[in-house]
Amino acid sequence: MCANDARGSNAVVAEIVARMADMPGALLPILHAVQDALGYVPEESLPVIADGLNLSRADVHGVVTFYHWFRRTPPGRHIVHLCRAEACQAGGQKALEAHAKASLGIGYHQTTADGAVTLEPVYCLGNCALTPAVMVDGQLHGRVSPSRFDALMTECRGESR
Amino acid sequence: MATTVFVPKDAAALSVGADRVAAALTQAAAASGRDITIVRTGSRGMCWLEPLVEVDTTHGRIAYGPVTEDDVPGLVAADIFGGGAHSLRHGTVGDIPYFGSQTRITFARVGVVDPASLDDYIAHGGYRGLARAISMTGADVVKAVTDSGLRGRGGAAFPTGIKWKTVLDAPAGQKYVTCNADEGDSGTFADRMLMEGDPFTLIEGMTIAGLAVGATRGYIYLRAEYPHAHQALLTAISRAEQGGYLGADVCGTGRAFHLEVRLGAGAYICGEETSMLESLEGKRGEVRPRPPLPALKGLFGQPTIVNNVMSLASVPAILADGPEAYAGFGVGRSRGTLTVQLGGNVKRGGLIEVPFGLTLREIVEGYGGGTASGRPVRAVQVGGPLGAYLPVSQLDTVLDYEAFGAIDALLGHGGIVVFDDTVNMAAMARYALEFCAIESCGKCTPCRIGSTRGTEIVDRIMAGHDREQNIAMLEGLCETLFYGSLCGLGGLTPYPVRSALTHFRQDFLTSE
Repeated sequence: MCANDARGSNAVVAEIVARMADMPGALLPILHAVQDALGYVPEESLPVIADGLNLSRADVHGVVTFYHWFRRTPPGRHIVHLCRAEACQAGGQKALEAHAKASLGIGYHQTTADGAVTLEPVYCLGNCALTPAVMVDGQLHGRVSPSRFDALMTECRGESR
Repeated sequence: MATTVFVPKDAAALSVGADRVAAALTQAAAASGRDITIVRTGSRGMCWLEPLVEVDTTHGRIAYGPVTEDDVPGLVAADIFGGGAHSLRHGTVGDIPYFGSQTRITFARVGVVDPASLDDYIAHGGYRGLARAISMTGADVVKAVTDSGLRGRGGAAFPTGIKWKTVLDAPAGQKYVTCNADEGDSGTFADRMLMEGDPFTLIEGMTIAGLAVGATRGYIYLRAEYPHAHQALLTAISRAEQGGYLGADVCGTGRAFHLEVRLGAGAYICGEETSMLESLEGKRGEVRPRPPLPALKGLFGQPTIVNNVMSLASVPAILADGPEAYAGFGVGRSRGTLTVQLGGNVKRGGLIEVPFGLTLREIVEGYGGGTASGRPVRAVQVGGPLGAYLPVSQLDTVLDYEAFGAIDALLGHGGIVVFDDTVNMAAMARYALEFCAIESCGKCTPCRIGSTRGTEIVDRIMAGHDREQNIAMLEGLCETLFYGSLCGLGGLTPYPVRSALTHFRQDFLTSE
């Protein structure tokens, strides 16, 4: 990331911190707001957050890295959460997982070379009676067969062009 | 007059196309000159029938499902808006045995009302419990909850009234009510369905709790994986505030109760109550040693109620209809209703609210109709990723906390996941340990290290290396996890592992 971008994103972060610092237990809401605004929690935002909350950088680093939801690198244009939990496994998740990784050419926590799709594992989306389940950019999909997965990915790539 | 058509906007229904069906119905009605009003509800819980469309007629709400957008032209031609005959028509939902045989108390309004409408909630009996609670002393409200026999629905089954009494009796300037909506167990979705389909019930339950024990602030700790529930809660909280049911002066009593939603961030461990409190305080979700109990020293060090969504959502009905009515359901020390969530490889998955006391077989074979794949059932996991795997020979176990305890299993949050005979149980045992390793908070050694060592041992067993010796080591490791872990994550991971070893040992002896 170039310096200009870093300054720009830190201005966004500073505004969020100023707005939310007085909430009791403000750190998680702030990290969510930063990720919602920037797509991830940039390394250079940690001192800004730490200063605003009177915490050490280590405290903030510890919290960011504890939670799976917070990402520390920019994601692709679309985020696919593939459920790995037991109910989905019982309903054909293994085959879907193998197909997703092979067809996208990536593993979990990776982004396709064209920057279109980031694949993340998730442990239950609460759609256990309509398995396997996948969430694409916050939209839930049930009974996702490999061909339905391909259709969803085609839709993603079509929209992002 | 416009015909009212109900289409769910529950996430499960959306996941199979409910929005497209609603759009197709609107379009088809306009094209055929019918005046319809579409109301977006929660789900009736019959997931295999989703999207389930209901049409208000003189004969009641007539249900059609599962409806796809491609079915809509045919349905309109068959006069769906007049309740006309069609192969997807089921009569009213009560005519469907799966639904008609249930006892809906906590879920009475889910799928019926518009979850964004305070008026609808009140018209369907909402806020009667709060009205009753306001006329009682805090101690009497707590007594009513105790008398109902309600036990925590999150898994541990601790009597809710006793928790409340501890907070009531604790002297403090600030107390809190927190709702654990971090429903991370695989196979469970009751909390999500309630929050999306009838969020005011949870809000009312928390308000009653707050007024009863003298807590002026409440937090709902919701998992980030539930964006639809988040939206439903934010809408409902804002409507309740506008209606005077939340805020500085609840219903003109001069007493305050402020409610806020806080999002988790993908950590399963934050479903453990002390870890959830740490997370609410903005820290790493590491487990706290107990004592002190959260009821005495909880959020920000103050006396705090920590209850599950189902527990809090059961409270309005207990206050409105009296504790005796609620305690009248169930068996033994398991009173009231249990919301079973049936999922995995099952023909008719969904949410089933029944009194405690049915058998697992009645749920899996009766309601569920066996596997979706049509192959024989081999294993059933009850109670989430920390629950035991049960063989078919244990399907006659009665659904109550004590009966499950007697067979070394957990009822937990009521999630039931069905597997057919293609499942490899050594692989499932390995997954249980892998999950524990991924989700361990790292505070205690048995869980942090033992989980990873466990996956390595199962790998060796599956590869055929010194099987008997490694199985003995795995059993020893389970004992260490069980007795040596700080909380339920490490402490209960032995349940799926040991039950797989006990009931499906051949999978450990033959798999490659």
